[in-house]
Amino acid sequence: MSHPDLIIHDEKDNVGVVVIETTKKGQDCNAWIMENDKSIKVPSLNEVPLGHKIALKDLKEGDTILKYGHDIGKVVKSIKKGEHVHVHNVKTKKW
Amino acid sequence: MEIPKSFLGYKRENGRAGTRNHVIILPVDDISNACAEAVANNIKGTIALPHSYGRLQFGADLELHFRTMIGTGQNPNVAAVIVIGIEPKWTKKIVDAIATTGKPVEGFHIERSGDIETIMKASKKAQEFSMWASEKQREECPLSDLWISVKCGESDTTSGLAANPTVGNLMDKLEPLGVHLCFGETSELTGAEQVCAKRGATPEAEKKFMKTWSDYNDFILKEATDDLSESQPTAGNIAGGLTTIEEKAFGNFQKIGTRKFVDVLEPAEEPKKGKGLYFMDTSSAAAECITLQAAAGFNIHLFPTGQGNIIGNPIEPVIKLTANPLTVKTMREHIDCDVSKILSREMNMSQAGDELIKSMLRVANGRLTCAEALGHKEFVMTKLYRSA
Repeated sequence: MSHPDLIIHDEKDNVGVVVIETTKKGQDCNAWIMENDKSIKVPSLNEVPLGHKIALKDLKEGDTILKYGHDIGKVVKSIKKGEHVHVHNVKTKKW
Repeated sequence: MEIPKSFLGYKRENGRAGTRNHVIILPVDDISNACAEAVANNIKGTIALPHSYGRLQFGADLELHFRTMIGTGQNPNVAAVIVIGIEPKWTKKIVDAIATTGKPVEGFHIERSGDIETIMKASKKAQEFSMWASEKQREECPLSDLWISVKCGESDTTSGLAANPTVGNLMDKLEPLGVHLCFGETSELTGAEQVCAKRGATPEAEKKFMKTWSDYNDFILKEATDDLSESQPTAGNIAGGLTTIEEKAFGNFQKIGTRKFVDVLEPAEEPKKGKGLYFMDTSSAAAECITLQAAAGFNIHLFPTGQGNIIGNPIEPVIKLTANPLTVKTMREHIDCDVSKILSREMNMSQAGDELIKSMLRVANGRLTCAEALGHKEFVMTKLYRSA
């Protein structure tokens, strides 16, 4: 079992969580999908710290972010596959 | 792992069992704190529970105050209680309710005698209680005597990935053995409220949950100046990678595993429908939430953290677990159970759940938690609205 760089909760998710101290710019990350125990490769375009999210595909303004297979907010600034996903490009749909 | 069928606890007069054997000095109101603290200072083996309220409260807020005071005294982790208030009437009301458990309890009021005479009288009684309680021995108690409450804090994405599901795994394994379980944090289920409601064991429980959440949300929409962006998620949550309240909510929700809740409790309300999982309407502020759960009778607490919350409680031991390797490294003295190996896939969820069960049983049997060893005893009353 290789150490993952990124963990994805659910197959439907479009973001994964960094589980190493930080990713390097341009790193080809090992991502483990917990739900089905599959592994995929995801590039990291930025240096992303532990616990922060990386986009698994290109996302445009208004798209929904899926994590745990559920809606966790909307994209407010377009995001490329491999980019850091956080408060600068995603917002809650609640308020 | 074969789960032990029993733990060593203190059997109480009403049939419950405690994981601790505290003699508490309980002030009815803020102005009686000094007296309570003086008594606890005089008599070894006692602990004072100072707090900020208890004067001129009314209606549901006053009822909650009494429920919290009485429930704290009734908790099986408490062997005996000294109650001190300014006036006789409210003091007696709390004493009489605690006395229904059969445990030793005595009340003192300060009006017409002053602090010094009250401290003297209460200290004499406290000494008697402390020495009596010191002879109590731990006995074998069935696992079902554990009432386990949970609440997470300083969460980050590792909480939702690993620490909270570890608690969920423990719930899935222990619920069939007849334990009571409780989760709360009404505000932090925002975004996952529909999914959480579906976990009601009955249509009534489901409806009650949605009403509780909607009442909270209406209040927020009415009181908030703009939104909760500064509070939910917190700055600590955001630093840990949590982006929205919805993300935090789905992470939070992992704590209940695949369980269904049998009922929705008012803050500090004792569960009355037997074993199983309960949802309690609480704030997500750690000290307030755990104080309410302890007042409802829960005798051991599991607290998953991401960035490293340090909370404790005076009567209910609070066990911390984390999956964040940086938190383990930088805040070691606060972490009772390290499940960070889940992230490197060196440990699976079931192994983590087993580790947590082992840690919890050691604490139930008497091992001090990190928070107890460090002297954390946060006791914070929940206030529903301003006093008269």
